[in-house]
Amino acid sequence: MGKVTTVSEIFETMAYGPAPESDKQALEWLERHGRAFGLFVGGRWTKGKNGDAFDVINPATTALLARVTQAGEGDVDAAVAAARKALPAWSALPGHARARHLYALARAVQKHARLLAVLESLDNGKSIRETRDLDVPLVARHFYHHAGWAQLAQSEFAGYGPVGVVGQIVPWNFPLLMVAWKVAPALAAANTVVLKPAEFTPLTALCLAELAHEAGLPAGVLNVVTGDGRTGELIVQHPDVDKIAFTGSTEVGRIIRKATAGSGKKLSLELGGKSPFIVFDDADLDSVVEGVVDAIWFNQGQVCCAGSRLLVHEGIADRLVAKLRARMEKLRVGPSLDKAIDMGAIVAPVQLERIRTLVTRGVEEGATLWQPSWACPTDGYFYPPTLFTNVSPAATIAQVEIFGPVLVAMTFRTPSEAVELANNTPYGLAASVWTENINLALDVAPKIKAGVVWINCTNLFDAASGFGGYRESGFGREGGKEGMWEYLKPQREERSGKREEASKKPAPKRASRSTLPASRFPVPPIDRTYKLFIGGAQVRPDQGYSRKIVGPGGALLAEVAEGNRKDIRNAVEAAHAAATWAHTNGHARGQILYYVAENLAGRAAEFAGLVEAMTGQGEASAREEVDAAVARLFSYAAWADKYDGAVHQTPIRGVTLAMNEPIGVMGIACPDEHPLLGLVSLVGPAVAVGNSVIVVPSEAQPLAATELYTVLEASDVPAGVINIVTGAKDVLAKVLAEHDDVDAVWYFGNRAAGADVERASAGNMKRTWVEWEPRDWMEGEGREFLRQATQVKNIWIPYGE
Amino acid sequence: METKRRYEHAASPGGNLPASTSPERVLRVVPPPEPGRNPGTPLDLDLVRALRVNRSAVERRAATIPTRRTVKKEWQAAWLLRAITCIDLTTLQGDDTPGNVLRLCAKARQPVRHDLIAALGAADLGVRVGAVCVYHAFVSAAVKALEGSGIPVAAVSTGFPAGLNPLPQRVDEIRASVAAGAREIDVVITRAHALTGDWETLYDEIRAFRDACGQAHMKVILGTGDLATLGNVARASQVAMMAGADFIKTSTGKETVNATLPVGVVMTRQIRDYAERTGQAVGFKPAGGIRKAKQALDWLILMKEELGDRWLRNDLFRLGASALLTDIERQLEHFVTGRYSAAHRHPMV
Repeated sequence: MGKVTTVSEIFETMAYGPAPESDKQALEWLERHGRAFGLFVGGRWTKGKNGDAFDVINPATTALLARVTQAGEGDVDAAVAAARKALPAWSALPGHARARHLYALARAVQKHARLLAVLESLDNGKSIRETRDLDVPLVARHFYHHAGWAQLAQSEFAGYGPVGVVGQIVPWNFPLLMVAWKVAPALAAANTVVLKPAEFTPLTALCLAELAHEAGLPAGVLNVVTGDGRTGELIVQHPDVDKIAFTGSTEVGRIIRKATAGSGKKLSLELGGKSPFIVFDDADLDSVVEGVVDAIWFNQGQVCCAGSRLLVHEGIADRLVAKLRARMEKLRVGPSLDKAIDMGAIVAPVQLERIRTLVTRGVEEGATLWQPSWACPTDGYFYPPTLFTNVSPAATIAQVEIFGPVLVAMTFRTPSEAVELANNTPYGLAASVWTENINLALDVAPKIKAGVVWINCTNLFDAASGFGGYRESGFGREGGKEGMWEYLKPQREERSGKREEASKKPAPKRASRSTLPASRFPVPPIDRTYKLFIGGAQVRPDQGYSRKIVGPGGALLAEVAEGNRKDIRNAVEAAHAAATWAHTNGHARGQILYYVAENLAGRAAEFAGLVEAMTGQGEASAREEVDAAVARLFSYAAWADKYDGAVHQTPIRGVTLAMNEPIGVMGIACPDEHPLLGLVSLVGPAVAVGNSVIVVPSEAQPLAATELYTVLEASDVPAGVINIVTGAKDVLAKVLAEHDDVDAVWYFGNRAAGADVERASAGNMKRTWVEWEPRDWMEGEGREFLRQATQVKNIWIPYGE
Repeated sequence: METKRRYEHAASPGGNLPASTSPERVLRVVPPPEPGRNPGTPLDLDLVRALRVNRSAVERRAATIPTRRTVKKEWQAAWLLRAITCIDLTTLQGDDTPGNVLRLCAKARQPVRHDLIAALGAADLGVRVGAVCVYHAFVSAAVKALEGSGIPVAAVSTGFPAGLNPLPQRVDEIRASVAAGAREIDVVITRAHALTGDWETLYDEIRAFRDACGQAHMKVILGTGDLATLGNVARASQVAMMAGADFIKTSTGKETVNATLPVGVVMTRQIRDYAERTGQAVGFKPAGGIRKAKQALDWLILMKEELGDRWLRNDLFRLGASALLTDIERQLEHFVTGRYSAAHRHPMV
């Protein structure tokens, strides 16, 4: 206690005083557990099998809060086994019953809201204002919202079921909120969960597990294991886990991507960011200043979507910086439980050190540092709000994610330069755009590579809106209908049964006689030289090699070009040059797909002959495949102007637009079966929604693809939208997966090569869709494919004059 | 005091002219600076028209004013005493009589029970309200009742609350109240001028009021509840300050929507901008609907955060209120005794 301050003194100074929130109940909860926690597995507290534990510290005071178990292999095995055991009964529950459980969880959170808020604040160091007003209410909101999805799952997600046992790994910046974002959709979709909170901040997850159990959640549905990265790795590697959902650094995300490659585990990753905060010269600058406060001094800047790069129009930069500095002078940093502070403590010494190092680096590299005149408390891990000006895009602090209260400011001259700067990063999580001009705002928002764009606002979150990144910020969405898909998969059991029957039916007639036109005519046919199809032209391969294509009987059918990595490189460049395709309207894209279908139909007999010659599947079956390909092209021509986004019901006065955007440049390695239909089934949806593609057709049976060149040429497909490279499929697919300027790769083939694709995709964290189980291509079309071909951008547009 | 007139150029009336054309300039009178008073500036239409206010963002800011800051215990008590000194203790009812006005004046002199003031150790602070605010009819009665207290009398004027009487009458009304001893005049603007974007006419009107006020300080009531948009509030605030307002004030208390925090955010930001531009500190007075001690604290926090400590004194901040005082007394008693208090334990207004 300092000196006694009298009323009359304060009357003169009008200073703020201490306003502490009580930690009594939270400490009592810790004491009830003896300040030592086991693991919550199978509906009860269990002891760690190897007896390892670690300290959990209050970063605002450095006081010890509790000892928590470091889960080892046996513990993770037990947790996964408990989740597996609970899965059949949990997923057999009617949606309404799961809805009741989630509803009860939401209620439990609300009933214990202050306990959770105080505990979170103690554990993480963030301000009680944020945990009380933002984190915990959003946690409850997520459970309510997803209680709704549980209720509606049967009708809204017909044909889909749970993925199974889900391993979830959450970070320390929003410990409880991230638990809710992960657990709520997983349970709504009838999965069971093994959750690992971050080692710095495990307490609220443990508390929630206990509350969930008290609220009647069946044993084993939600299991919480604690520990550091080693425990996370055990979950990631566990063979009986069907999906990994991870939020954290891009670095760890990359490791997880590689570790799960070829495992068949479904994956969603919400990773780092260096999000732009763009201010145009007609913005309400005073509101911009508060926006910046919410962007980078929210949660001490330890926010993956923090607006950490301030991009400001050159003409107003000085004014804005002056206003920002004045505002920073008034920010208050202090004990996390003080109700009158803006920022609390940094989570741990290691993070504080990282911030300090990067700030030093910024100064060394010539940027201008500015911090307020007041000093931070010294009894915890505090860091002051920091602003860098005179920053160039090349500076370290402009490129790397600092994950602290550090803002770097840069200027731009024009809207297009603003977009360029905004996109000048490997990340793509979020962006904030400030202008009073709706034309400008709605022009810029779609051009920014980010999963969330906030217009004249920032860091708004809601369960009804999807959140997640583009590029190296990861893939998958959390929240909204788009988030539910991450925890669902098509119910294959029924389908695969069907597929077996289907595949039995048309037993391929093994090459009795060739139906090649060549065999029918006495004169030799004119030689057809199949080159590669790149940038709208038939081009020779980089190396002058060809590959022999033989029919089922061994007869030489044709020779096709042997594409290599340079051909892939050229095709990727051509695909990028065709970027306007993404902005071509859906009607126009549809017209072109109809035209392709029309021209293909006109040569149906010829294509059927080719297919038959390659596969020997019989004339009727080959003709069926061609007809199905034509019909499928019609389907995606139809979808081209119908795959609508949504307007989410978020609790703001405004609209939250969920826009389905093309992913960009995609590599597609086609299945070996159904040489024409397989290709059309994948290229159709990708192109219909605006992607440009590099297609690697069936390696053994590429002639339907190569013959398609002339169809595409005749159908006004813009140059570079569809590029076809023949050759060694798995090799080329890996080149595509490794290419940092390819945004997604689909691979349909064998497991080993699929694993290579997944592993290689970690380079730029591109999205992958890999299947090695055979599919019935006569059937597969529609939304499942369109979802894979798009990413959802949520644009928040508050309004009101 | 005879003032030396200064003449400056200002844009002509004719708000429909495109901003790019160069309107004919006319001469307008700008009084010379007086200590502590805002002399005003020429009307800067470019600035007024370029103002941008994002309502949703302002509302978000306003919503966190009460959640980002709070004061407890001694701090709360001290802040509440400070709030009392900023109150324009007001009665503006059709059934006002000299009797209830005198009662109001007595309360203004002694706003908190002696025993509470003593218990707070605040006897030396001389806590009194900022002013007493009445209709013209009761100005002289109030002046008399407050004699020797140093508490000024403020008169609402210019056809309060609608402000639609003929301009000469409105100007005369100011002069009459000043003559009757009012040291502060709360004028109302013609909202139509703001709603139609006729900033020149609004500027001229307020200038005329200011001239009539003479030595009396002028608070300009914008009637923000009538102004439809926060953009209009910002523009009217700037025009009022350019025209020489000593205070800008939210409301008459008679509009359907009165002082709200979002409006306060917008007006205080305009005051800040004006001070940065001209070096002149203009005061702020929210009025209407402020009944609870908690609200008074929120307004003080708003002033401290958006404008700074200089604006926490009653020469630059007033709260137009009447019932508020009783609630503050109850909170002070709670601080002193630890027990919740009742209104009837405090002398009525």
